[in-house]
Amino acid sequence: MSFLKKSPWVLHYAATSCNGCDIELLACLTPLYDVERFGIVNTGNPKHADIFLVTGSVNEESRKVVENLYAQMPDPKVVVAIGACALSGGIFKDAYNVYGGIDKVIPVDVYVPGCAARPEAIIDGVVQALDILEQRGKARKRQRKMVAA
Amino acid sequence: MKPYAWSLGLAFIFLGPVVGALLAGIDRRLTARMQSRKGPPLLQPVYDVLKLFEKDTLVVTRLQTLYLWGFLFFMVISGVILFLGSDLLLSLFALTVSGIFLCLAAYATNSPYSNIGSSRELMLMMAYEPMLILVPLGFFLVTGSFRVSDIVAGSPWQVIQLLGILVGFLFMLTIKLRKSPFDLSYSHHGHQELVKGITTDLSGSDLAIVEIGHWYENTILLGWLYLFFAPWGPWIALPIVIVLFFAEVLVDNTNARLTWSSTLKASWLVTAAVGVTNLMLLPFIT
Repeated sequence: MSFLKKSPWVLHYAATSCNGCDIELLACLTPLYDVERFGIVNTGNPKHADIFLVTGSVNEESRKVVENLYAQMPDPKVVVAIGACALSGGIFKDAYNVYGGIDKVIPVDVYVPGCAARPEAIIDGVVQALDILEQRGKARKRQRKMVAA
Repeated sequence: MKPYAWSLGLAFIFLGPVVGALLAGIDRRLTARMQSRKGPPLLQPVYDVLKLFEKDTLVVTRLQTLYLWGFLFFMVISGVILFLGSDLLLSLFALTVSGIFLCLAAYATNSPYSNIGSSRELMLMMAYEPMLILVPLGFFLVTGSFRVSDIVAGSPWQVIQLLGILVGFLFMLTIKLRKSPFDLSYSHHGHQELVKGITTDLSGSDLAIVEIGHWYENTILLGWLYLFFAPWGPWIALPIVIVLFFAEVLVDNTNARLTWSSTLKASWLVTAAVGVTNLMLLPFIT
């Protein structure tokens, strides 16, 4: 039985986002949606996090931060890209200063579309990420056993 | 020593974290209800810790894990001494040593958040220790013994005699349980100013050890609070203690975080105003 699904702690980072998606994301924590029902806690610390929620079209400044945060998260971990900008760059796609999409920088597991993404869609994205997280957890356990053997 | 006392000490080692985890679970649910949310399941703290064991542990320094085991070890020692009915003063000293180990674990890393958290934790220790020392002292002056078994068998009037010390202890309990307004070094809530204070650089099983240590601590503090009402018997004392314990959740949800300097001032003021005054008045009311 895996407990990863029962207590996913999320890390939220706005990679050059307009903050529209961030507001919707934080709305998930409010009494109306209350994701703590599922044990989801918004931790500000990458070393405690299981799920990395990123919004915005990454630029050079935020790329370093995104990579750093991703590297600091202990395995098993998943990444959820939230909003049109995080998926493809959105309306900033043709801008000279953005990478256009989180997956240009770090591997993304779940894409949540929308401008801004609705709280329901974000929760759905996290729920889908949980299944991936559980698979990763099992794979990681096997790896540890192989190393120990 | 009676076999009864031994069984209580053993029960603490195995059931202590269970009780502590349940207290933490009820705490989180109560907090959620006070914020008009539904809140996580009762066993959420247990799920969290079991999950942490499934995660990788990023080792920042090898020393850190050793310090954390020291933290857990002395926490258990403190509780065992308390539940065996032995010396209350010794139990307090073990509790302090365990706190120091947690600070060392946080200081062992280079993270500024962790270091500032640790500095604040030491400041908080300076704030609550004087009052905590007054608690065994008060019990000694009332019952003539530092032994927990003698305190439990003391006079039913000891709560009235030690009322000031009880109020002071409840104040320090807010600091010990890391509740607002005194959660400067580490908070059980998600986001905070110092990222995650002392536990910033801990992950995986290291963080799980800290959580289990906190469960033990919850039980120990509940035990300390129980001592004040112990002569009334468990059926009256336990409900009072649990109500007082969860009053801390209300305090947590209705207060904003203080700075370390005002925390220090406030706690020493309370120590002087209710703790020391109570001790000075004791000769007239015993």
